[in-house]
Amino acid sequence: MTFLLAAAPVIPNFGGTQSSFACERANRLFCPEWVSRNWSTVLWPALRQHIVLTLIAVVLGFVISTALALIAYSRGWFERPVLIVTSILYTIPSLALFELLVPIPGFGLSRTTAEVALVSYTLLILFRNTLTGLREVPPDVRDAAIGMGMGPVRSLLRVELPLALPAIIAGLRIATVTVISLATVAALIDNEGLGAPILTAISNEVFKTELIAAGGMAVALALAADGLLVLLQRRLTPWARAG
Amino acid sequence: MSPDPPEVPPNAPRDSLGYAASSRSELPLPNDNSAQHEGPSAFRQAATLELRNVSKRYPGQHGDALKDLSFSVGAGEVCVLVGPSGSGKTTAMRLINRMIPLSSGDILLGGRSVLEIEPNELRREIGYCIQQIGLFPHLTVEDNIATVPHLLGWDKSRIGARVKELVDLIGLDAEIGKRYPAQLSGGQRQRVGVARALAADPPLMLMDEPFGAIDPINRARLQDEFLRLQERVRKTVVFVTHDIDEAIKMGDRIAILREGGKLAQYDTPSEILINPTDKFVSQFVGADRALKRLGLATLADIELLEPDGREGVAIQSDNRVQQSSTVLDALSAVVASGGRPLAVVDPDDHLKGVVTLELLGGVLRNGALPDEKHDGHPAPDPELAP
Amino acid sequence: MHNFTEAFKFIGRNGQIPGGPHVPTLVHLTLGTLKIAGIGVAVALVIALPVGLWLGHIHRGSFVAINLGNIWRALPSLAVLAIGVAFLGLGLGNVELALVVLAVPPVITNAYVAIDEVDRDVVDAARGMGMSGWEILRKVEVPLGIPLIFAGIRTAALFVVSTTTIAALTGYAGSLGDIINNESSYHLAGVLGAAICIAALALLVELVLALVQQALTPRGLKLAKAEDQSMALTPLAATDAV
Repeated sequence: MTFLLAAAPVIPNFGGTQSSFACERANRLFCPEWVSRNWSTVLWPALRQHIVLTLIAVVLGFVISTALALIAYSRGWFERPVLIVTSILYTIPSLALFELLVPIPGFGLSRTTAEVALVSYTLLILFRNTLTGLREVPPDVRDAAIGMGMGPVRSLLRVELPLALPAIIAGLRIATVTVISLATVAALIDNEGLGAPILTAISNEVFKTELIAAGGMAVALALAADGLLVLLQRRLTPWARAG
Repeated sequence: MSPDPPEVPPNAPRDSLGYAASSRSELPLPNDNSAQHEGPSAFRQAATLELRNVSKRYPGQHGDALKDLSFSVGAGEVCVLVGPSGSGKTTAMRLINRMIPLSSGDILLGGRSVLEIEPNELRREIGYCIQQIGLFPHLTVEDNIATVPHLLGWDKSRIGARVKELVDLIGLDAEIGKRYPAQLSGGQRQRVGVARALAADPPLMLMDEPFGAIDPINRARLQDEFLRLQERVRKTVVFVTHDIDEAIKMGDRIAILREGGKLAQYDTPSEILINPTDKFVSQFVGADRALKRLGLATLADIELLEPDGREGVAIQSDNRVQQSSTVLDALSAVVASGGRPLAVVDPDDHLKGVVTLELLGGVLRNGALPDEKHDGHPAPDPELAP
Repeated sequence: MHNFTEAFKFIGRNGQIPGGPHVPTLVHLTLGTLKIAGIGVAVALVIALPVGLWLGHIHRGSFVAINLGNIWRALPSLAVLAIGVAFLGLGLGNVELALVVLAVPPVITNAYVAIDEVDRDVVDAARGMGMSGWEILRKVEVPLGIPLIFAGIRTAALFVVSTTTIAALTGYAGSLGDIINNESSYHLAGVLGAAICIAALALLVELVLALVQQALTPRGLKLAKAEDQSMALTPLAATDAV
């Protein structure tokens, strides 16, 4: 089921003064007045929802995949089944996955459906990166940690996970950006996020300003998130830059 | 939970720090630091170590990694485990801190079986130095050194003072504390590794080819520095190497293992050089073992010829040799000079005597070389080892 | 569950609506999807592979190659499609343009990294034996780089298949996405059926490409690699894992 994009006026979210109306009527490339007028009613809520959608999906995905990676780290056989399942989830095109989740009782057209699908897309990359990061800790460092009397838990927390951070954060970057991108399609199910104005913009005729505004914001959000995570990584791993 | 200070015989010899190298008593394994009582610069007593009929067999492998290994290390002694690859020397070392489980036999640290102590607790009491060092790349030098004191729950000020003291002890600048391992040279990393192992003042140190990854020039330097360190702190050390020359230089006693993990000989270096027990040992030591013996004593240990004018010629042509050189190095120098006499000087270039080929020949003819190492301290008395 | 049963019935009916007008069959739409995606991937490969391989061979242009990959991920495919359609109107060429834009970055980035990271000693040995640059690329660098190169191709192909289905949302007909875009006619059962087909199609494409990669990977590489990227269902692009 999709939100039936009912017969919308040619110029959606219309309302305003004469001069901007002309710009919009002509469907010029980009009408700034439309943006400023509709910022608080259309664009900003969409952005806010998009950020919330992304945050929930990434945090949940991170928690689940870290747990899975820790299990696979201590029990090697666990890796293969997890890889297979998460790979399949990752391969299924987003449109299909969203729809397949809809009929499940309790899901339907809701944020839950969207979140579950978005979380699924983060699992593969986060799981692989976390596991790889942990495995790449030099064996002599691990040997020294145990040999000095750190138990396995303390060694994990104080030595192995910190050293795996670069790989983990690399995975977070990719997952976050991927979710931001896919969340635009989630609007089909959930009518939230920046995908909503995009879909509205292309419903009957294409309203260029809204399309560019919403699309551009999605791109900007992704780049900003990526940049933030790079900064986070620099802060958390001072030793990587030294020497 | 601090134990009572261990019993010490009243006339026990004391070292420069006032600590008795009590080798005979059954020391309870200190699980708290004497440093807590005497301040951060105290080095507590070293423990004795005994291996009793230790055997190790890996499942699925036929043949033992170690077969019935038994020997004792006195407190404050350096025991070197040496042998060809496959002789089980690293295995033996890793059995002591229970990184590998024992198949049979027992290991006693300070009289207590290591099997009775909880492994993590045990390891926090043993300094552990491996070949690749294994410094934590994500921690500064300071934090690396402070690892075990942290685990033991020392408070911040004591840890800080201790780290400072150790950085100084290993001969590095204080400001290196804030650097990361990636910014250090190989030799510096090695030293930080030793400091880290010493940090909690453990009664026993395990070192597995600690200088193996270093180039030969720096290796010699590090070996000398470690010996100087050992002079001060007098830890019980189990040192693993494949290099017989390193074993002779570093060890108070040497345990030579043959393939299959059997003990071939356990003796002082000069005993091994003079009286190898069998062909394997004499071959392992090398055909030049007689020469190696000359490396055990220095010119300070023998009587030099009085300067009588010949040294003028010697000094003019710059033919001099340090008093601290080994007899072997002096022999080399004399040979290199074409058999001419050499002036023996001290570090300030004061003339101490003259050495000639004839003098050295006379020393050898007389038979016994002074059985000494390391600036004239006597070797551990064999009677003291339990 | 009932919905899924209906969905499978829908598939069984080749996508026809019972009692309704004749609509394009599932088979037709699936082939349509493959056609659209296939053209997009093919064009992208023709453009991106030579460029990426060559840049990697001469070890130039890393900044562009890597950052292209990073920016690519940030582009919401829906937005790119919609913008393409907005400016150029609906038409196969325009949809394909958007698809090519989306498919090129992973192929270039991976091809570049694959060739750039071939062991320099091996290349040196090859040159020392008298191979020309072109021969080195053909006989040494590309065979050694197959795993990563294919990782990029598979990523791009998957992405294009996904995006093709989304194209229906912009109004371009001819793919399985049409059904999903038209729920009023097909009802939930039809939409689900189409979704199942899309998922199956994607997995099939993945599988086929994995087999092709296996066939093309030199035997020596297969023996050497402990952790074999090609065995993974979806190896991710080179700029992933660290």
